[in-house]
Amino acid sequence: MSTATIDNKPVVPEEIKSFTVTLIVRRFNPEVDDEPHWQDFDVQLYPTDRVLDALHKIKWEQDGSLTFRRSCAHGVCGSDAMRINGRNRLACKTLMKDLDVTKPIYVEAIKGLPLEKDLIVDMEPFFDSFKEVQPFLVAKSKPVDGKERQQTVAQRARFDDTTKCILCAACTSSCPVFWTDGQYFGPAAIVNAHRFIFDSRDENAAVRLDILNDQEGVWRCRTTFNCTDACPRGIQVTQAIAEVKQAILRGKA
Amino acid sequence: MTSTIEAPRSPSTRSTKKSGVNWEKWGWIYMRVSGVVLVVLIFGHLFVNLMIGEGVSALNFAFVAGKLTNPFWMTWDVIMLWLALIHGGNGMRTLVNDYATSRISRGILKIAILVSVVSLIVLGTLVVFTFDPCPAGAPADLVASFCKSL
Repeated sequence: MSTATIDNKPVVPEEIKSFTVTLIVRRFNPEVDDEPHWQDFDVQLYPTDRVLDALHKIKWEQDGSLTFRRSCAHGVCGSDAMRINGRNRLACKTLMKDLDVTKPIYVEAIKGLPLEKDLIVDMEPFFDSFKEVQPFLVAKSKPVDGKERQQTVAQRARFDDTTKCILCAACTSSCPVFWTDGQYFGPAAIVNAHRFIFDSRDENAAVRLDILNDQEGVWRCRTTFNCTDACPRGIQVTQAIAEVKQAILRGKA
Repeated sequence: MTSTIEAPRSPSTRSTKKSGVNWEKWGWIYMRVSGVVLVVLIFGHLFVNLMIGEGVSALNFAFVAGKLTNPFWMTWDVIMLWLALIHGGNGMRTLVNDYATSRISRGILKIAILVSVVSLIVLGTLVVFTFDPCPAGAPADLVASFCKSL
């Protein structure tokens, strides 16, 4: 047994400074309020904290009525998309050190979908558009060897970018066309159609192209690139929409 | 045992009216094609009018009157007129579709755009093909000075 030497001073890690951040949150309680209103909270945070941590601190320590969605808290489930300083971001992927903490941070629900409470919106219209583009593999023919539908690396890479979508609605709710016309399919639905249109195993590309070749389909896209900027997964959304437009003009994927 | 599972998806609520010509698609294509052609036509127009020869100082009534007697420039101007007005009108239509929230204001604005585009095209075409700088029988003090030499 070795004896611990007492004279060795314990290594004190350099203290990381915390700071006070003001968050201004757009609150709405449908049972009490007629209109949403802004409320500010002061929170003590570290540079490595995220906006989601700030919201947790508010909910757990200051005001338990603050309502927001979050599940995995690690940027995979897509539950906590919200408008942070006017830009659609995932609260769990937005670090304090990347924001200007000398000014208040504005947090509100994503736009264009019905506001239900505080930071929660009704996602059903968003999912309805998603469902309409048939976001599932349609293959009626028998696989060549009777078991697998094989794909080359290049064929898989063709639609790799659009497989990353987590359906957080950050793109669709950042689109100015969607804000005024909720009938527009929106970037997320087109991205998920793109994922199957360009999949070599899928056989229903023509049907999906026909669905999107609509007054409320891809032609409403004005290439403002808001969706590409908003996507927390870095999907080149506007490029995907442009590829679907090209596919419609060609008549095939 | 096989059984068919009912489709879990709710039926489509979006209007699935598919009537013949897809105007939205052709409108989109028109904007791209006419845009490219207009770049050539407009910059050619500006170059001829403002750069070559005496440049901008050559521009006067006689210069324009001379151009409008040449079939080449008449064709050039008419194509430019039609393409540009329809291009602009279609662009305004998409803006109205994007930003006018009520059906009534949308309808009024689109009709106003259609009326102004059609009347400008008709008037412009009429000017290009029927323009006469020296109408017969007009008093001399109202027509250009070069008419005397004709």
